[in-house]
Amino acid sequence: MSNFTVSGSPHIQGDESTKKIMYGVVIAMIPTVLFSIYFFGIDAIRVFLLAIVASLFFEWAIQKYLIKGPLSINDGSALVTAILLALNLPSNLPGWMVIIGALVAIGMAKMSFGGLGKNVFNPALVARVFLLVSFPVEMTSWPKPKPITEGLADVITGPTPLGIVKEGLGANKTMSELTPELPTYTQGLMGNMGGSMGEVSALALILGGIYMLWKKIITWHIPVSMLLTVAIFSGIFWGIDPEHYADPVFHMLTGGMLLGAIFMATDMVTSPMTKEGQLVFGFGVGLLTILIRMWGAYPEGVSFAILIMNAAVPLINMGFKPRRFGAKPGVALNN
Amino acid sequence: MGILRTFALGGIHPPENKLSANAPIETLPVPKQAIVPLGQNLGAPSKPIVKKGDEVKVGQLIAEAGGFISTNIHSPVSGKIFKIDNAIDGTGYKRPCIIINVADDVWDDTIDTSAEIVSEIKQSPEEIIDIIKNAGIVGLGGATFPTYVKLMPPPGKTAEYLIINGVECEPYLTSDHRLMLEKGREIIIGTRILMKALNVKKAFIGIENNKPDAINHMTELVKSHDDIEIQSLKVQYPQGGEKQLIKASVNREVPSGKLPIEVGCVVQNVGTAFAVYEAVQKNKPLVERVVTVTGKSVKKPSNFMVRIGTPISELIDAADGLPENTGKIIGGGPMMGKAITSLEVPVVKGSSGILIMEEGESFRSTEGPCIRCSKCTYVCPMGLEPYLLSKAAKLSNFEMAENESIMDCIECGSCQYGCPAAIPLLDYLRLGKLKVGQIMRNRK
Repeated sequence: MSNFTVSGSPHIQGDESTKKIMYGVVIAMIPTVLFSIYFFGIDAIRVFLLAIVASLFFEWAIQKYLIKGPLSINDGSALVTAILLALNLPSNLPGWMVIIGALVAIGMAKMSFGGLGKNVFNPALVARVFLLVSFPVEMTSWPKPKPITEGLADVITGPTPLGIVKEGLGANKTMSELTPELPTYTQGLMGNMGGSMGEVSALALILGGIYMLWKKIITWHIPVSMLLTVAIFSGIFWGIDPEHYADPVFHMLTGGMLLGAIFMATDMVTSPMTKEGQLVFGFGVGLLTILIRMWGAYPEGVSFAILIMNAAVPLINMGFKPRRFGAKPGVALNN
Repeated sequence: MGILRTFALGGIHPPENKLSANAPIETLPVPKQAIVPLGQNLGAPSKPIVKKGDEVKVGQLIAEAGGFISTNIHSPVSGKIFKIDNAIDGTGYKRPCIIINVADDVWDDTIDTSAEIVSEIKQSPEEIIDIIKNAGIVGLGGATFPTYVKLMPPPGKTAEYLIINGVECEPYLTSDHRLMLEKGREIIIGTRILMKALNVKKAFIGIENNKPDAINHMTELVKSHDDIEIQSLKVQYPQGGEKQLIKASVNREVPSGKLPIEVGCVVQNVGTAFAVYEAVQKNKPLVERVVTVTGKSVKKPSNFMVRIGTPISELIDAADGLPENTGKIIGGGPMMGKAITSLEVPVVKGSSGILIMEEGESFRSTEGPCIRCSKCTYVCPMGLEPYLLSKAAKLSNFEMAENESIMDCIECGSCQYGCPAAIPLLDYLRLGKLKVGQIMRNRK
């Protein structure tokens, strides 16, 4: 007589897995990675490799010697963090700073909370902001992208489009005076403008976003509500005074807007659990980004906006419950 | 084709694997020994009225209802009572059973065993309810709630619609599907009997559109009448859940903690409708039912008409034997069925299928940390947050679990099915429901 396995229902499991989701994100980032290598060359490859090796090492070491838990570097989450971190850095950042970034992302922002799924803030963004306030000069001297096909000449650094606008408007110039210095929309879409490695090509980022939507890794709620908020608010100000405010398309295509909307704000661990909550979250990120971009001290606000909203997620989760069966729309049943 | 009806919140679509869909219902010979558990319905177990050594005929009453929510049990075989003793049933526990040694197959004289279909309904509503009560009929979809109780709405409540559940949303199972194809006329008459008992003017029969043959056949049968409507539903689990089916059929939501009658609905399974037909028109109590025997390695996936009390080993033999690589046997479907511990477990009124799983699919994946993907929340058909409820149960925070409506959970398992971290969410939810239920009862 054979022994049969006994366990509670359900007895079948769908084909989703944490690994599949994480490697799905990695696949979605490939176009962006390729574009950044195309524009920043060997330097980009150097930053990617350093970030990946350092992140995986820290994940492994902390899990083994501090948390003493099962091996977690295979689940793909450290790889996702590493690539996201690299996409948030300028390609000419000194190697040791990249390694410090990896330590902050994995060690401080992720493992100190208990590892995957327990962190409050997006690890890659914590590291980006940490590096930005620690090494402001290195983190804001952006190499000008130069297609790899044009040979390996010395890199010229320059400001980002958002930096040009911030500084120009601060120096009482008007938008029409600044326009010649700014990239065209086509350049923005293809990625031919200054910025961190992942901020350059809007097209590649959108491609990744479509892939993740198709694979159901993300839902549309956060990116759409965030971008819509940005478009509406920047549109209002641009409509009133186009000489002193940049237009909505410019805001969309520049800086970390799409990288943030598609890859950072949508991070499952640090975003709300319900779709209603996600809409609120996206709105908050969009609003804070525009506030910082227009009136803050920094030209770019996406990272700060996402981190601030990360902190609000537990509150959003409490306020936006799913609609319970048998309750009127939008009303949670408490009985 | 327009947008198909379905329920609104959550839902999943696991692989259907309806391997036995084309296997006609085969009548299995009576077993040598029948094991008839006394606890076959939701509610109180029945009380035996026979003793060791008594001779019984098929259809003879052998145990009486043990309370208001309880049912009669009739002998499914003819022979001699061997003993009344504890035996393992589908729950995995040893529980009281009447064990009958079978001799011949002699039916009680009052039962009409002919094949003739009787369509004229002569009995009054009260008489119908009485017959259904006496015949020991329970919900045959698996919940085994005594049918007659559902036919007597509490004072002040009236039924407006009867909904017949032909959804069969569990993967693998095909017993309802085959029954609709082969006993469609009887099911329609059974539906009319139930309509008469409830005094409702309209009935819906909900069938998922992965069974187009059943939809066509049943639609053909009700063509000339407009009081029974066949509804083709989009395939989505757990549409066979009472509340989900009501939502899909008539777009009403049963409030939390309430019964379907609250929104004027009564739901009965197609198998139950067939049993009602047999009881009222043929005076035949519930002594047999259709059981699917299936699984990826099963040589002959089948649907059997079997007597209650038949050990499942006989059904498996009739499906060409237990495969070598069997790892797990499930009573019911893969989503809500119970793992069976022994091949001697008997078929009971609530047995809809026996699913034999290969060794490779018998184990759970290793649990990982929750990545807060919220997929469990998206698929929950009750609009709950399984990740939160399971955590509350795990931390023994039952107050929170109650406030977050844990008692609304229908244990469909959709959350756990879709969890990428393979967290046994439903294990924790069941624990939470058990504890919260105890706390709520103590409060009264």
